[in-house]
Amino acid sequence: MAEKLLMKGNEVIAEAALRAGCRHYFGYPITPQTEIAHYMAKVMPKVNGTFLQAESEVAAINMVYGAAAAGARVMTSSSSPGVSLKQEGISYIAGAELPAVLVNIVRCGPGLGGIQAAQCDYFQACKGGGHGDYKNIVLAPSSVQELYELTVEAFNLADKYRMLVIILGDGMLGQMMEAVEFKDKEEIYQDDKKWACTGTKMQRESNDITSIYIQPEVLEGLNNKLQAKYRQIEQNEVLVETYNCEDADIIVTAYGTVARIIKNVIKMADKEGIKVGLIRPITLYPFPTAAFEKYAETPKAFLSVELSAGQMVEDVRLAINGKCPVHFYGRTGGVIPSQLEVLNEIKKILNK
Amino acid sequence: MAIVFERPHALKEKELHYCPGCTHGIIHRLVAEVIDELDIEGITIGVSPVGCAYNNYEYFNCDMVQAAHGRAPAVATGIKRVHPDNYVFTYQGDGDLAAIGTAEIVHAAARGEKITTIFVNNAIYGMTSGQMAPTTLVGQVTTTSPYGRKPEIHGFPINVCEMLSTLEGAVYVERTSVHDVKNIKKTKAAIKKAFQVQNAKKGFSIVEVLSTCPTNWGINPVDSLKWLEENMIPHYPLGVFKGKDLEV
Repeated sequence: MAEKLLMKGNEVIAEAALRAGCRHYFGYPITPQTEIAHYMAKVMPKVNGTFLQAESEVAAINMVYGAAAAGARVMTSSSSPGVSLKQEGISYIAGAELPAVLVNIVRCGPGLGGIQAAQCDYFQACKGGGHGDYKNIVLAPSSVQELYELTVEAFNLADKYRMLVIILGDGMLGQMMEAVEFKDKEEIYQDDKKWACTGTKMQRESNDITSIYIQPEVLEGLNNKLQAKYRQIEQNEVLVETYNCEDADIIVTAYGTVARIIKNVIKMADKEGIKVGLIRPITLYPFPTAAFEKYAETPKAFLSVELSAGQMVEDVRLAINGKCPVHFYGRTGGVIPSQLEVLNEIKKILNK
Repeated sequence: MAIVFERPHALKEKELHYCPGCTHGIIHRLVAEVIDELDIEGITIGVSPVGCAYNNYEYFNCDMVQAAHGRAPAVATGIKRVHPDNYVFTYQGDGDLAAIGTAEIVHAAARGEKITTIFVNNAIYGMTSGQMAPTTLVGQVTTTSPYGRKPEIHGFPINVCEMLSTLEGAVYVERTSVHDVKNIKKTKAAIKKAFQVQNAKKGFSIVEVLSTCPTNWGINPVDSLKWLEENMIPHYPLGVFKGKDLEV
């Protein structure tokens, strides 16, 4: 029977990773995601796995690189300033085409910033972050249940495409306690990982894992291969929730915890006779462009609500492609907009 | 006719790209001979560095993972934790290990990570064209210390073996050289011992090998060997710093 438990978001991520077959975790403490490490430290020794507190985020991501190269399901987690330090390794993981999962429980910046919830790492997660032309799949859960489901999915996608998958949450989600229903058994994507470095056992040619290609044409070949893979992901792996968008006066777009606020705004607006729709990207990369295209001419306007100075709104504008005005409302520094605040913004846009 | 000398199986039949007189080739061969003698090629996973030896995955016949600058000990840690019964080694230069990767090597050693590091010290950055390294000798001229390394400006060279041997997790620490046949043999014995220490799961092992860089030192290969002996060895004394009586 499926198990239903009341659990904290961060702990659910760790439990989901274990259920997805992850037996290697390397990390470095940073608020507000540290419960993931605490959970792993307790559980990993019991399942003959590895929990290792690295000397830095830089070391942690490179340990992830090594473990992924060795064929393991492996994860690291951090929060914004820590993820900045991991960017070196993230670029190498992309270049070497290694499967791994990274959790970023985003806090506000820039610099040390603060520890409250924010969405100011959207660009970093979705547009590269490290050097080179690469992408990571970015998943944006908005509930503890989704933290569980998308963490399992992250490992499967990582193995399927041999790439890094980022779970982009925020402090609110990580610290939140909600009921979560676990499955009896996870569906695990099977990859024989013939490419991994496990020792040749003198039964095959040696495997080399690298991201350095000195010959320009050879390196361009790798880049073309990566870009083809990203196009495939854009075709196959888009996840999006659309709600109330048919005949909407205005469509609000938001991801993660902010989308939960918007759902309440929709109810408030409804009482005042304003029809508000919601497009909630669940994959931030690949961005659900088609969902926006579909409703581009339905409402009077779009409004992107974010815990940032305006990052996802750029992708929304690209998707809408001038067919409808796109507005932005954001709070930064860890300030969470109230439902009323958002409703007033909607009224302002609709001149009501 | 009996074969008395041949290429080690652990070394692929591929021409090395190193400059004339560079001793990377000798050190590669020694590592490969040790892998052959211990018969561990099928269970060995190496980690390639940045710098001149960046592509040594093309030369070694075992599985190899290429690492970012300085991060080889962290990458090796990840590999070893997944495959604790395999042999895992890193091969790193002095810029890689003693500058950008100082934290990684210190902490891998402190953890007693059961890996072996082959640390090639030629007192200069080779691949990026002869800049000052943490191991550059006082007074040594490089492209970024054109008037010679001055302690009051550039600080002092780092003696890696002496530093790492203070750490409990580092159980076998030896410095050798490849400037003559006698020392080449000693280097091979040290590399073999370091691998055996790893197999015994006793902790971290490192062999620092003093090496030449004729191209960036601006000295011919023969004089480079002499320069190493006369200038490097007095500052970087050879010998076992830790684990002399270690039974393996």
